[in-house]
Amino acid sequence: MGKSLQARAKKSSDQKIGSFIAVICLVVLYIFLFLLDNALPSNSTTIMLVTVLKKGAIYALVCVSMNLLNGFTGLFSLGQAGFMLIGAYAYSIFSIPAEAHASVYQYFDGGAIQFSIPESIGNVLGVNAGNFLGAILCIIIGGLVAAVFAALIGIPVLRLKSDYLAIATLGFAEIIRAIFQWNGLGKITNGSNLLRKYTNFDDIQIQVGGMVYKLDTVFPFLIATLSIVIIVLLVNSSYGRAFKSIRDDEVAAEAMGINLFKHKMLSFVISSFFAGVGGALLAMFQTTVQAMPFQSTMTYEILLIVVIGGIGSITGSCIAAFLYIACSEWWLRFLDSGSFMGMEVSFFRDGFRKVVFSVVIMVIVLFFSRGIMGNKELSFAGMVRKIRGRKAAKAAPADGPQGKEDEPHD
Amino acid sequence: MSEFLSNNLPYLLSGISVGGQYALIAIGYTMVYGILRLINFAHGDVFMVAGLIMVYATASLPIYVSVILVIVATVILGVVIEKVAYKPLRSAPRMSVMISAIGVSYLLQNCALYFTGGLPQMYPSIPFLSEQIQIGSASTKMVTIVTPILTVILVLILVTMIKRTKTGMAMRAVSRDFETSELMGIKINNVISMTFVIGCLLAAVGSLLYFTNYTSVIPTSGAMPGLKAFVAAVFGGIGSVPGAVIGAFIIGICENIIKGLGWTTFSDAFTFVLLIVILVVKPTGIFGEKSTDKV
Amino acid sequence: MKKILALLLAGCMAMALCACGTPAEDTSGDADSSGTTSADGDTVVIGVFEPLTGDNGAGGKQEYLGMQYANSVTPEVTIGDKTYQVKLEVVDNESSNDKAVTAASQLVSKNVSIVLGSYGSSVSIAASDTFEAANVPAMGVTCTNPQITEGNDHYFRICFLDPFQGTVLANFAHDELGAQKVYCLGQLGNDYDQGLINYFTEAAEALGMEVRSDSFPLNNSDFTSYLTTAKNEGAEVIFAPTSISYAQLIVEQSVAQGITVPLLGPDTWDSNMVLAAAQGKDIDVYVSTFYAEGGDPDFEAGFKEFIKSSDEYLNNNGGNDIIAAVSAMGYDAYYTALEALKLAGSTDPQAVMEALPDVEYEGVTGHIAFDDQGDALRDSAFIKHCNNETGLWEFVTVQTVADAGSDAGAADTTEEAAE
Repeated sequence: MGKSLQARAKKSSDQKIGSFIAVICLVVLYIFLFLLDNALPSNSTTIMLVTVLKKGAIYALVCVSMNLLNGFTGLFSLGQAGFMLIGAYAYSIFSIPAEAHASVYQYFDGGAIQFSIPESIGNVLGVNAGNFLGAILCIIIGGLVAAVFAALIGIPVLRLKSDYLAIATLGFAEIIRAIFQWNGLGKITNGSNLLRKYTNFDDIQIQVGGMVYKLDTVFPFLIATLSIVIIVLLVNSSYGRAFKSIRDDEVAAEAMGINLFKHKMLSFVISSFFAGVGGALLAMFQTTVQAMPFQSTMTYEILLIVVIGGIGSITGSCIAAFLYIACSEWWLRFLDSGSFMGMEVSFFRDGFRKVVFSVVIMVIVLFFSRGIMGNKELSFAGMVRKIRGRKAAKAAPADGPQGKEDEPHD
Repeated sequence: MSEFLSNNLPYLLSGISVGGQYALIAIGYTMVYGILRLINFAHGDVFMVAGLIMVYATASLPIYVSVILVIVATVILGVVIEKVAYKPLRSAPRMSVMISAIGVSYLLQNCALYFTGGLPQMYPSIPFLSEQIQIGSASTKMVTIVTPILTVILVLILVTMIKRTKTGMAMRAVSRDFETSELMGIKINNVISMTFVIGCLLAAVGSLLYFTNYTSVIPTSGAMPGLKAFVAAVFGGIGSVPGAVIGAFIIGICENIIKGLGWTTFSDAFTFVLLIVILVVKPTGIFGEKSTDKV
Repeated sequence: MKKILALLLAGCMAMALCACGTPAEDTSGDADSSGTTSADGDTVVIGVFEPLTGDNGAGGKQEYLGMQYANSVTPEVTIGDKTYQVKLEVVDNESSNDKAVTAASQLVSKNVSIVLGSYGSSVSIAASDTFEAANVPAMGVTCTNPQITEGNDHYFRICFLDPFQGTVLANFAHDELGAQKVYCLGQLGNDYDQGLINYFTEAAEALGMEVRSDSFPLNNSDFTSYLTTAKNEGAEVIFAPTSISYAQLIVEQSVAQGITVPLLGPDTWDSNMVLAAAQGKDIDVYVSTFYAEGGDPDFEAGFKEFIKSSDEYLNNNGGNDIIAAVSAMGYDAYYTALEALKLAGSTDPQAVMEALPDVEYEGVTGHIAFDDQGDALRDSAFIKHCNNETGLWEFVTVQTVADAGSDAGAADTTEEAAE
């Protein structure tokens, strides 16, 4: 008895140290990002680094939200791109400045919505605060709208079994795209045309004293970290355990008194909420929104990142998202360009990068189906335990609450 | 009345023709699903690859040789995909196999992108099928008429095969119960390969007909027909060959009527609404058999 | 055990990826260092922002071909009194808005002095802010959406605009083809298609024509129903501002459906793939475009030879040596960029941006100069007709603003959009 108590005490001390290190790492990360935005010189490496970090953070969030559904609740949903689209549109519609409406909605007489939330707040609290708070408010609206759609579609669809659910959600995403492109809703969605000029990452700044600091990269990280922390807390709560039991065995879970539909719905709605938030961030990143890129290919891409990271691992999804984005948008671009370290390679031409990627993905799916992390979490508590060289810790699943840490690999 | 007919005949003709093409793809989906319980997401892309093989084959070979080559190559491709990407995962969770299928689909599309350089490829015209004909006031290609007829003939042959031959019986047995049929001495792997052979053969024939009508092949050409064929398979009751064919014709015709009515924005969305409605109201489709959940 | 193995393999993979990554970084670093050292040495980098894959891949490749040819003809430029080698740095934006931003950052990180492109307006709009933030000027070659240059100082373009093109085409349909009823067909969710249909409709209705519009979904390949609708409606002209891959299908199926009325296409249709689809068939195809063959024999002879010099170029041009208008535009864009560099007297993007409004250049597609907005001062579009026997374009007429503006309503739309 005493021995196990002691072990538990040690474990909790590990966790304390782990959390401590995690917090320090986060602080260091944010300081680094802040410097990146404001102090570090802009050269070829930092320009790409900033771009990749921003997109990576967004994808990390989107992947984690998909993982919540596919990895933790065992619902195979392929509607992610649809919910992101809703989030992106909801965000941008409410944050286009009033005077830009005439030019953005040029075919629809300036559109139906004539105000902008960041601007309204800005009139009261000043431009910087307006942009910052307004953007956050619009992001939340984006998430909420996606969640409402999810609740509506969830009622019929969540009763379906695994693969039927996949195909129904995929179909749903296609329907959503058609609706947002419909000219009949053009006054709100701008039909097939781009939404633009809304608040994006460049506009997010804070004023301290007389100095104005940019928060280009800090902002997406902030939102993504917050969201991921919420998902982690959820996964580790009693709801999370219910989700996992549904994943492992539906019939058994039901027998244990878990309300299947309620929990599935909860997971679906929350996942869609964060997909909407991710979509809103993606809108900020892209500076323009159009329904076209939100195709099933985007969902597949996200799903494959989740698989690379390990289905059921939040840290895995984060690491994989950064790795994937960095490789596809930066490091492996040379595969398309026809030359490698000065050598001309004839089979390196447009599309070769994607071929390499899909081969790597197939190899992972077939031979390393557990991905980078399996369903384990990378946690500092676990590392501390490892470092202390305790053999017992090896077998125990490292499942500390400070499981998340999206280290951007550099 | 005659004016109404002559105005609307083209919609109907194209609906039936599209339906026939969907049917040939849908059979591949429905048979694979019936036996492996797997949505073969890559099937639409196999169809697209068949189109590309034809484009490249006719560049150096006479047309009839190319046709045979296309069919053989597509069948080989399908079987290879099964052996490499699905067989190792047979005991894995269903989600893993589906992810593998999505991965294969991604791979095929990207390879097609690489080889075509992202340029649309002109499909060669096949003699007889590409000829122009006049039906009433409507002018169309011969393939429009040939498609539904050929589809029905092929389906009849297939149904007879499934009903009468030993292989067909084995297929039916496997689709009922995997383990038991294995115990009964049925060579599961051969049956599954056979399923893929049939599915891909029909997809290759479908691609010949489809691309003769719509003469351009791009890497995403297979995605939409593939999805719609799957919807057709679900609609008809997945696992049932006649169901898939009837579902495909219904979807093809409805789609074109909707376009004719002027609701063009929602012609694709309609297909998916139909899918969701069917799944919710009668998940087993028109001809599907009810299955119970085993613990 | 399995866990350790998996971790090990994952580690290996990550290492391999890093290993892949580092040399790539190094090469880009090398390129930069050579770029920066040679900023006072001898290289100036012109960024090419084009779709090489995706829906607009075919057009993007042809536009890039024009630039490549121009680069092969004139690989050096004298800025101030130093001679620089010109290096084209191309990045594929995959015809997709969500890839456009990173592709643009990629260009910016290569220290480009000016960016050319893109084919396809929405990717240009999406990338615009990235170029602006980095203070890099961009010059659109064939992107026709008015929103690209609107409200900014860094985006310029050398082609005409959609409001102009829509008006020109409507006038042509009315005056030359004598149409009273037009059927418009565009892709759902494609701002280029829908924008052009919008301007065309405005102009056409002002001329008293009747217009019906339909849109088809992404990856659609069955156009028979749309064409039947056009036939049933009694349309006298079918206007389909679509991308090349759909254009090919529409032409092909119009033939099969026995459509006798003319098909009218915008600048995107000026492609040899459309010609190939129409060759030997009984169909009337008209396009409005930037350049008509025969405009500059020297350029044409040289360009044809250039295309034939490599299988890759020939493939990218659609397998034959017909000159697409976008290639001619790409060629002119390259020289306009060189003019801007010369005028700026420096490779600094900021200086180039300041010099651009004053640049004038006599190109193969006509005189190029910019207005206050950064748009080209172009007052004419070429209308070409497909010769079904030879499979070549035949020059029909030049439509100018004066013709296009003859109608008050139509003139209004052009002005409105220019504002």
